[in-house]
Amino acid sequence: MNAPQRSVDNATRVDHLVIAELVEPGVRVLDVGCGDGGLLSLLETTRGVDGRGIEISQKGVNESVARGLSVIQGNADTDLVDYPDNAFDYVILSQTLQATHRPRDVIEQMLRIGDKAIVSFPNFGHWRMRGMLMLNGRMPVTRNLPQAWYETQNIHFCTIRDFIDLCDEMGAHIERGVALNGSGQRIALNAPWWFWNLFGQQAVFLLSH
Amino acid sequence: MAIVGDTEPTGAPAADQAVVALEQADNPSSPVVRFGPDRPLLLDSGKRLNHLQIAYQTYGTLNEARSNAILLCHALTGDQHACNRHPVTGKPGWWTEMVGPGKAIDTDRYFIICTNVLGGCMGTTGPATTDPETGEPYGLGLPVITVGDMVRAQAMLLDQLGIETLFCVAGGSMGGMQVLQWAATYPERVFSALPIAAGARHSSQNIAFHEVGRQAVMADPEWRGGRYLLDDTSPRKGLAVARMAAHVTYLSEQALHRKFGRNLQDRDKPTFGFDADFQIESYLRHQGMTFVERFDANSYLYLTRAMDYFDLAEDYGGRLANAFRGSKTRFCVVSFTSDWLFPTVENKAVVRALNAAGASVSFVEIDTDRGHDAFLLNEPEMFDTIRGFLSSAAYARGIA
Repeated sequence: MNAPQRSVDNATRVDHLVIAELVEPGVRVLDVGCGDGGLLSLLETTRGVDGRGIEISQKGVNESVARGLSVIQGNADTDLVDYPDNAFDYVILSQTLQATHRPRDVIEQMLRIGDKAIVSFPNFGHWRMRGMLMLNGRMPVTRNLPQAWYETQNIHFCTIRDFIDLCDEMGAHIERGVALNGSGQRIALNAPWWFWNLFGQQAVFLLSH
Repeated sequence: MAIVGDTEPTGAPAADQAVVALEQADNPSSPVVRFGPDRPLLLDSGKRLNHLQIAYQTYGTLNEARSNAILLCHALTGDQHACNRHPVTGKPGWWTEMVGPGKAIDTDRYFIICTNVLGGCMGTTGPATTDPETGEPYGLGLPVITVGDMVRAQAMLLDQLGIETLFCVAGGSMGGMQVLQWAATYPERVFSALPIAAGARHSSQNIAFHEVGRQAVMADPEWRGGRYLLDDTSPRKGLAVARMAAHVTYLSEQALHRKFGRNLQDRDKPTFGFDADFQIESYLRHQGMTFVERFDANSYLYLTRAMDYFDLAEDYGGRLANAFRGSKTRFCVVSFTSDWLFPTVENKAVVRALNAAGASVSFVEIDTDRGHDAFLLNEPEMFDTIRGFLSSAAYARGIA
């Protein structure tokens, strides 16, 4: 697994804010694939969490360490096994799921290490993605995911429906879900799943055992 | 084996350097603190040292709150001269890349202390030191010491200097072992810890290499059962071979190949003899020759032994995490991709234990082909990591 492409626009920052809302204050948090430590910093300042991170890129680790965060250079696919059971209250995987080799194993490890897991990912069921495949007959390339299929680190895309199915299969309980549209606005809670899957550009899920 | 040929002149002539080096063991050019029988050092072996002297260097200024002190721990063949001209060789200190004004370990911000380790030969009590009770060098009469003993001796010096808490303890290789030992023994005295290219134990392979070196020293007839100083001889050949073998382990195959390849030394075809035909041979012989001028052979035995005995988990019921339980120290562990002496896996074992203990830990693996010795060299990524780590820790500690 290499450093996943991270989107950097407004919608992503909203995605961080959504995650921050899901995290109780003062808890222990592990951010898997923490990048430059932006989310961890946000959580430490706004929620007063005791945060740790794992990041694959040297640059990201250096930036995180320079922010005063405790971050380990490592790989979500291979290094989560090193953590003891129930070491954290929350384990977060923000915009990294699609770049892991074994997404299911990673989520299972997260639920072993943490009491709760938060997973956010780009939704490949979004109408724009479907449109690109259907009309152009090509793999989607968007502002948020700008790399072509042969150079992207993102190897395991899924849709919101796929993700929900996986949670069912794993026996993971979905405590909350939030979908954000292309403008970073939340899709109404009472909207049906098919609506989320079509109009949610990103999704954030809070899982427990 | 005769070590012949190819030395470059550096500073004083070789014979003079050896005399200067021996003088440093008792009367170093560095400041020295001496402890008498009223404050004996109890050793892990069960023995005690009734006389202890510790030589050290400092750089930078201790602030009023006494909160900005960093202890540097040197590696096997290092000493307290981390960033000043060496009194024997005349060369710059061993960590001038890392430590200095505006450097990653910034002497403009921090007060740096570097001691010669217990068992060393540059002014801290070691086998070349004169035993005040006999008037003769300790030689093999010195009890075997451990990394734990080294650290307790350093703590005695800090007590004497009036430094209660260290802002950071930093070091590579054997220095990194001391860092881990400090964090385990005196967690409340260590605000942050920076073990580089180290491990929580010495591996079987590393013990094996050390044993080769020790056997080379002891096989030299001039070693005289460790009494060479009394007999006015020196096991130079044995120590040079030990250094040559060890030096290979500090590099990497890629780096050796890049630097020397199969290039011949000052000739265009092999001589069909046992002269140093290859550049790598010439280089190693030079390393061996220069080393013996400044380093005491018995000291080499004691320090390699101390590293061999190091197994931090063993001291804590076999679980390394127990060594760091409840620790508030901020750790930053650094390893190098091409280090085969303390490979990343050994460094990561420390990280794993710190995680299991719930300690605050950062870890980076620096991509380099320069092997174990990379921690002494110009590695910008390492400097960036360490600068960032120390700056954020300084902020947390309220150091301007």
